Amino acid sequence: MTSNNRRVVITGIGVMAPGAVGAKAFWELLSSGKTATRLVTGFESSGFRSRIAAQCDFNPEAEGLGPQEIRRMDRAAQMAVIAARESIADSGIDLAGWDPARIGVTLGTATGATMGLDIEYRVVSDDGRLHLVDPAYMAPHLYNYLVPSAFAAEVAWLAGAEGPTAVVSTGCTSGLDAVAHAREVLAEGSADVMITGATDAPVSPITLACFDAIKATTPRNDEPETASRPFDLTRNGFVLGEGAAIFVMEERESALRRGAHIYAEIAGFASRCNAFHMTGLRPDGREMAEAISVAMKQAAVRAEDIDYINAHGSGTKQNDRHETAAFKHSLGATAYDIPVSSIKSMVGHSLGAIGSIEIAASALAIEHNVVPPTANLNVPDPECDLDYVPHTARERQIDTVLTVGSGFGGFQSAMVLTGPDGGAS
Amino acid sequence: MTAPVVTGPVVTRPVVTGPVVTGIGIAAPTGLGTEEHWRATLAGRPSIRRITRFDPAPYPSQLAGEVTGFEPADHLPSRLIPQTDHMTRLALVAAAEALADAEVANGDMPEFDMGVVTAASAGGFEFGQNELEKLWSKGSHHVSAYQSFAWFYAVNTGQISIRHGMRGPSGVVVSDQSGGLDAIAHARRHLRKGTKLVVTGGVDGSICPWGWLGQLASNRLSTSQDLDQAYLPFDTRACGHVAGEGGALLIVEDGEAAAERGARKLYGQISGYAATFDPKPGTGREPALRRAILGALADAGAGPDEVDVVFADAAGLPRLDHEEATAINAVFGPGGVPVTAPKTMTGRLYAGAASLDVATALLAIRDQVIPPTINVSPDPRLALDLVTGEPRSASLRTALVLARGYGGFNSALVVQAVNGQRTK
Repeated sequence: MTSNNRRVVITGIGVMAPGAVGAKAFWELLSSGKTATRLVTGFESSGFRSRIAAQCDFNPEAEGLGPQEIRRMDRAAQMAVIAARESIADSGIDLAGWDPARIGVTLGTATGATMGLDIEYRVVSDDGRLHLVDPAYMAPHLYNYLVPSAFAAEVAWLAGAEGPTAVVSTGCTSGLDAVAHAREVLAEGSADVMITGATDAPVSPITLACFDAIKATTPRNDEPETASRPFDLTRNGFVLGEGAAIFVMEERESALRRGAHIYAEIAGFASRCNAFHMTGLRPDGREMAEAISVAMKQAAVRAEDIDYINAHGSGTKQNDRHETAAFKHSLGATAYDIPVSSIKSMVGHSLGAIGSIEIAASALAIEHNVVPPTANLNVPDPECDLDYVPHTARERQIDTVLTVGSGFGGFQSAMVLTGPDGGAS
Repeated sequence: MTAPVVTGPVVTRPVVTGPVVTGIGIAAPTGLGTEEHWRATLAGRPSIRRITRFDPAPYPSQLAGEVTGFEPADHLPSRLIPQTDHMTRLALVAAAEALADAEVANGDMPEFDMGVVTAASAGGFEFGQNELEKLWSKGSHHVSAYQSFAWFYAVNTGQISIRHGMRGPSGVVVSDQSGGLDAIAHARRHLRKGTKLVVTGGVDGSICPWGWLGQLASNRLSTSQDLDQAYLPFDTRACGHVAGEGGALLIVEDGEAAAERGARKLYGQISGYAATFDPKPGTGREPALRRAILGALADAGAGPDEVDVVFADAAGLPRLDHEEATAINAVFGPGGVPVTAPKTMTGRLYAGAASLDVATALLAIRDQVIPPTINVSPDPRLALDLVTGEPRSASLRTALVLARGYGGFNSALVVQAVNGQRTK
């Protein structure tokens, strides 16, 4: 491993999002301001406080997965593999022509195979009646559900990767932190190509139940399509989502040599912990502000260089005020001049996956010079007084994007993406 | 230039650049606490026994390495008990020991200069089983508010950072058994970017019926009921592994930062690391472990002849043992380096295993003795110089720790004594 700090760029994007299979459909959804939040499907949800989710609509067979793959892969792994395949095709990279040892994988996930585990648990416990769960009903692929590292293995097999491979799991910042991890692996020279991103499929009874218990999710069950309302005074919790976004990332010089299309450079990243509470946030946003400042310094960008902020914007009062404070702390008065939006208003909060889905949105914003909007923002919260781009996408020259995440465990992450020509002018 | 000759933790320190280990905390079947673990390990004392944490009778595998005599209330504030899984409690105890060992108290250093990077494999599975049980037998309203974080993979990092006021760059890696090394490597990345101190390693365990079923599904658990024959890596009788719980957490610091604050213990330096992934099954290509070893040595700037001992992954299955022995022999020559697997005493601790091996390797370097592999009669066809029976006194300056995770993960880490040559 050498520490020569090589520059790292995104050359392929694959997205599996609620309401959108594929990066193209995903961008159309975002730029149209439509929402994909609905009542939960797939299991009986009538007993839950919050019964809304943003779910993906895909057929694994139609997406090219074989019967054995479908059987052994949890839904989150399936989504990762489908998005990975899209990103590899999109990048135009011929992985078969690369040294497998120089290809690696870092995947993020917060909840792993929670859906598969919930389903298998019901069987072996006979719906919770047996504490000594019955081995006679054990699924043969249960270990693949037990350890989310199995997701990274699936993607490595798809890509023919034999370099550094791992899962990063830091709750709701996993999607940012996994890509940052892959960037480190590339920057230090431990690999030349990384397949990286994140996936989560947490829409299961146990996840609904635990978010019900802490009232983190919105109970606005009669208005599912407008239930996710970041920065709106009437917001009352987030909408659970699912999805995956996977990228092909390469060392910049090598990508240029092969004539790859470069979406964006990962120019800066930092993460901090709040060391405060497993689910709570300090209102002052100090840790996120610190992460933003360090990421900007690393990227050598100033506040006035930032053309768009992709907010965490989960739609809890605590979060929205926390990160608004963080933007003001780190960017000063310039924070008022930068468009800020939360795509969670449209695709929900897919926990460990959303950070990568938001990186995809950020890279595509640079690609198209369009700021995706914050849907459902009708009644501004006076304590959230930045420019949150309500309802309608906005055209704007975008060279530099700040995207942030915040999550249980106290994790706060910030990433700066710049355009293919180096971003900041 | 002559380096000072030392026995035990160094008191007068040379300044080392790069990451150094300044504290160790251990919660393992061999002992709660570093010295207890080390004494048991040198004595070759087995800690594998019939499972007591639940009734294992319905299951084909009934042995495990459990941490015994652990009363959470003796170690942790009462408010932390209801919100933590067993493995998180063990992790909190190990973290506190490691920080005390490094003589770092809360508030001693700026909060943003300290981080936490841990490895996980299955998260707080016992906590998760209890909540699933309530959900399906009683209804969703009975699920604990703590479920939202007590089982997830990031829990140990979060809880340690909160308890010790660490607000710097942190992280969590999941790569099955390899994670214990991958976490340390990621901590090293944070140090290189300016973080001064990181608590890192893995403490793991899912010895509950639901977790046990998941582990059984790997088809790698030994079904032997014989305490002395259940886990026999590198033996012709190898028949799978025994699972365990626990692990180790280390305090790693930038060498200069450690010197600046006057750290008194320098167990060693983290000098090399590499991770690889095996080819997809069925391709017939060479497993990638050899490449991980060579990568870690190159990273450390060390040749194979400088390695004094290898702490093996020791899968305990004939195919995997053969792969590991082949990789070791390809780099060091047949019988070319002493190899040991103290995890024969504890069982395999998943994300906790490799960081415990790193801790044990550092203690081995400190005391110039290689702890033994127990119960094993080495298969001569594997041509390993396996340290069995008694501990072996040796001049130890450089140790290589190997870890392999289910699915194809390989990691290798080199740790070295900090101050030049030891007495030869």
